[in-house]
Amino acid sequence: MDKKKNIIFTTVALIVLFGAACAAQFGLDAYLRRVANLCMIYAIIGLSLQIVNGFCGQFSLGQAGFMAIGAYVVGVFTVPVELREKVFYAVPMNPLIADIQMPVWLALIVGGLLAALVAFLIGFPVLRLHGDYLAIATLGFSEIIRIVITNAQSFTNGALGIKDIPPLNDARYIFVVCAITYIFVTALINSSYGRAFKAIREDEIAAEAMGIDLFKHKCMAFMFSAFFAGVGGGLYGALLGTVDPKNFLFTLTYNFVLIIVLGGMGSITGSMLGAILVTGGLEFLRVFDEPLEVFGMAIPLFRPGFRMVIFSILLMVCVLFWRKGIMGTEEFTWEKFKKFVKNPVGYWKGDEHHG
Amino acid sequence: MDFATLFQAFSDMTFVSFCQHMVNGISLGSLYALIAIGYTMVYGILLMINFAHADIVMMACYFAFFGIRIFQIPWFVTLIGVIVATAVLGVVIERCAYRPLRDAPKNSVLISAIGASFLLENFANYVFGGRPLRFPKISLLAQNISIGDVRTQFICLCIPVVLVVCLMVLLHIINHTKTGMAMRAVSKDYEIARVMGVDIDKIISITFVIGSSLAAIGAFMWGVRYPGITPYLGVMPGLKCFIAAVVGGIGNIKGAVIGGFILGLGEVLIVAFFPALSGYRDAFAFMVLSIILFYKPTGLLGEKTTEKV
Amino acid sequence: MKAKKILTALLASVCVFGATATMASAEEVIKVGVFLPLTGDNAAGGELELRGIKLANENHSTVLGKKIQLVVQDNKSDKAEAANVVARLIEKDKVCAIVGTYGSSLAMAAGNIVKENKIPAVGTSCTNPQVTAGNDYYFRACFIDPFQGTVMANYMKKLGYKKVAVIQEVSNDYSVGLAKFFMDAYKKMGGQIVDVANYQTGDKDFTAILTNVKAKNPDAIYAPGNFTESAMMIDQARQLGLKINFYGGDTWETNDFLEVGGDAVEGAVLTTAFGREMATTKEAKIFLDSFEKQFKGEEPSALTALAYDAYMLVYYGIEKAGSTNSVAIRNAIAANKNLPLVTGKTTLDVNGDPVKGAVIKTVKNGKFVYVDFVQPK
Repeated sequence: MDKKKNIIFTTVALIVLFGAACAAQFGLDAYLRRVANLCMIYAIIGLSLQIVNGFCGQFSLGQAGFMAIGAYVVGVFTVPVELREKVFYAVPMNPLIADIQMPVWLALIVGGLLAALVAFLIGFPVLRLHGDYLAIATLGFSEIIRIVITNAQSFTNGALGIKDIPPLNDARYIFVVCAITYIFVTALINSSYGRAFKAIREDEIAAEAMGIDLFKHKCMAFMFSAFFAGVGGGLYGALLGTVDPKNFLFTLTYNFVLIIVLGGMGSITGSMLGAILVTGGLEFLRVFDEPLEVFGMAIPLFRPGFRMVIFSILLMVCVLFWRKGIMGTEEFTWEKFKKFVKNPVGYWKGDEHHG
Repeated sequence: MDFATLFQAFSDMTFVSFCQHMVNGISLGSLYALIAIGYTMVYGILLMINFAHADIVMMACYFAFFGIRIFQIPWFVTLIGVIVATAVLGVVIERCAYRPLRDAPKNSVLISAIGASFLLENFANYVFGGRPLRFPKISLLAQNISIGDVRTQFICLCIPVVLVVCLMVLLHIINHTKTGMAMRAVSKDYEIARVMGVDIDKIISITFVIGSSLAAIGAFMWGVRYPGITPYLGVMPGLKCFIAAVVGGIGNIKGAVIGGFILGLGEVLIVAFFPALSGYRDAFAFMVLSIILFYKPTGLLGEKTTEKV
Repeated sequence: MKAKKILTALLASVCVFGATATMASAEEVIKVGVFLPLTGDNAAGGELELRGIKLANENHSTVLGKKIQLVVQDNKSDKAEAANVVARLIEKDKVCAIVGTYGSSLAMAAGNIVKENKIPAVGTSCTNPQVTAGNDYYFRACFIDPFQGTVMANYMKKLGYKKVAVIQEVSNDYSVGLAKFFMDAYKKMGGQIVDVANYQTGDKDFTAILTNVKAKNPDAIYAPGNFTESAMMIDQARQLGLKINFYGGDTWETNDFLEVGGDAVEGAVLTTAFGREMATTKEAKIFLDSFEKQFKGEEPSALTALAYDAYMLVYYGIEKAGSTNSVAIRNAIAANKNLPLVTGKTTLDVNGDPVKGAVIKTVKNGKFVYVDFVQPK
């Protein structure tokens, strides 16, 4: 199949999916819609982490901090001015920003840009590091961001959090952002920059010898990653209608690491699948928290908390037996899809043979 | 916040307060150091962050609770039991979660470690409940003592001593025994060590036994000093201990101790001298981390690795 | 490839189980949703409150001739989960009212959803004023931060303290809120705040801030916060030879505070919503008796009592509304006056916050002992 056909197929698929999102907006109940929205938001953030971790091979754990920046820009600037006095009831809002109000789309972009700017500043000291040192340093900065937000009470309302963010529980809106992210990241990865990222991932020294400016490309990947994490964080804040610093503990980042590793490091479609699996799976497992009666006998195992135990066990099992994640570094392509449709059993067997 | 108030504490600081702060800092630093050693040892051998280490500490606290409070075993007997139980736990985690991934990409191992950590936390939450339990009071260790106007608990004086003893034993094992030599070999070059006939699996198990035993000792003292036990008690201290290990140069045991002290003392002294910044205390650890890594990308005592083509 | 087969089988069995486990109950019941943090950081609070709600449900299990069925869900102390869970309770379980939660930020995440779907929710111990403000469908059983902080300021002023130090848990909205309104009120009365120290949720070592506070020589310390952290802090204060008394808020009133703090918390004073001595209502007696029966030897915590009341607010709402129409229940909850609840006769104000007095208690011989009662203005 040639490239043109692929593009047509993908476009059609996107349109169909958009239709599905519209249907979700009106057809699905509030619960499923919310889960679907959360899946898409997590997919955006998963993709953002994928840029720097999966493609550039730089293990960053800073996503929670960048999300916090995006979420707080949305939180601080979209709350209607007349409601702010009520929100900032303990310490009045700083007059510098008290009268600035933005529409959500603008706040999302500003939040993303601010996150990218912070990433740029952090990038200078951090991106010289390798492997686990980089991981722990980025995690550290993500915590620093959170602690600063907690303490800067006149800007962020500190621990009291911000309420009354105009809620954005619109599957179409979030889908469009998600689709843009997907298209952008795909284009980025297939561009010369993307190839440079992959070269850095495979072998830094060889990449440098080939004339790739390591710092520039790493910094770029880091900034793009932060931008989309900021946008995703903004959507997250808008979906919930409220933000507070405790949301963005470093443990939040683990969720996204989980998503991309389950989906397959270095696979765009994989991280989308991962997001759906992790978010949807956690909701699906809720039955384990509910009391269960078999023939009138209550089974004592089933009580709140059991779900998380099952989830962690499933997670371990997946990692142990599916090391490369669902997709590995592969992408979903229409060719494979065709092969799969023609002969599903043979497809999996063949796949196992390679894997 | 203006400059004068920021530095106010310098002029207010009396000698007694300063000594008090130092005592507080040293005991906290020693605790960090003990746990950091566990991180650094596993990293040195396996080149992976053992995220579950913090939760091993948490489980050790629960073991001690059950030993002393529920089964009424004398504390020194319990201590030995806890060390054994924790070592077993460490080895089990290694067997189940890390060994099958010996040849897998690094990311899988990392996720496996995060997963093991999740599992321990959720398991503890499910089985023991989320409400805090009190670490049993051991009156010998928990008694208050005062040296002049400086006051502390007896345990705070014990912790550094225990740390030094553990460190000496550990260094002896590593530098003067056959096992230690094998550990160093594995840490230096995994493949070559295997070729030279080192039983890698055994060495890794031993590493986990030692690391977890230290975690158990650390947890025991942690419990006496900070008696609230919850399923999530390991999260933040675990992160800080890991940072301590990184600051000192991960893989290097002396480095971990130095890192532990930098973090413990630093956290206390930053609050001592800049009380206005007490809300930023947790950020301190991360700032230290990034500053040190900026100048020494492999930590204070870390070996410089030249990348091989 | 055996492993992979086992894995597939395991996954498949979980899926099949998940799909079939949703059982339909034949008898007609009234469903009330409960969402609480039963795992994660706030699990302790959630657990205590679940007790209260379950107890209330056992004591008052039928209304309008139908059984009330609780649908309990865990929100994992996570906001996104809290929002999901509330949507799930509304859409999937079709509850007519919701009780929960511990933790204001979790309640705020649910706020928009209950408002949109017009399902009344009653908060148990979410004390941040923002929870109910501007939301007609959120009520609560607890009093709000400004009130508690002010009550304690008045009380401490009355005791004659001149210099007070404040230690707040800077990442906890409850603690920051109480501390802020305490300081405002205390300063207004001419008191002096000599130090404001901060710590973070989950901190274990408080020696540094305590040494600083000690050097400032205050007469007393106001330190509202989580019970685990506060108990450990007071314990460490005693080790440092800090003899002055600690004052705090209603979160302290749990067995766990006494358990973790041990001898050190002896003498600590706190504001709370419920006192055995204030148990004037019949409901309070029923609560105490049934609690004693189930949890022998334990003192009921304020959280448990408040959770019990939150359920009762819903219960009386349904009773008064005479139907399971959620809007009618909402209006009934808002309109109910002088309900005989565990924490005293309760009327909700226009915001949906209860107007009720605060009990001041102290720890004596390892027990919470009644000291004083402060009427609301």
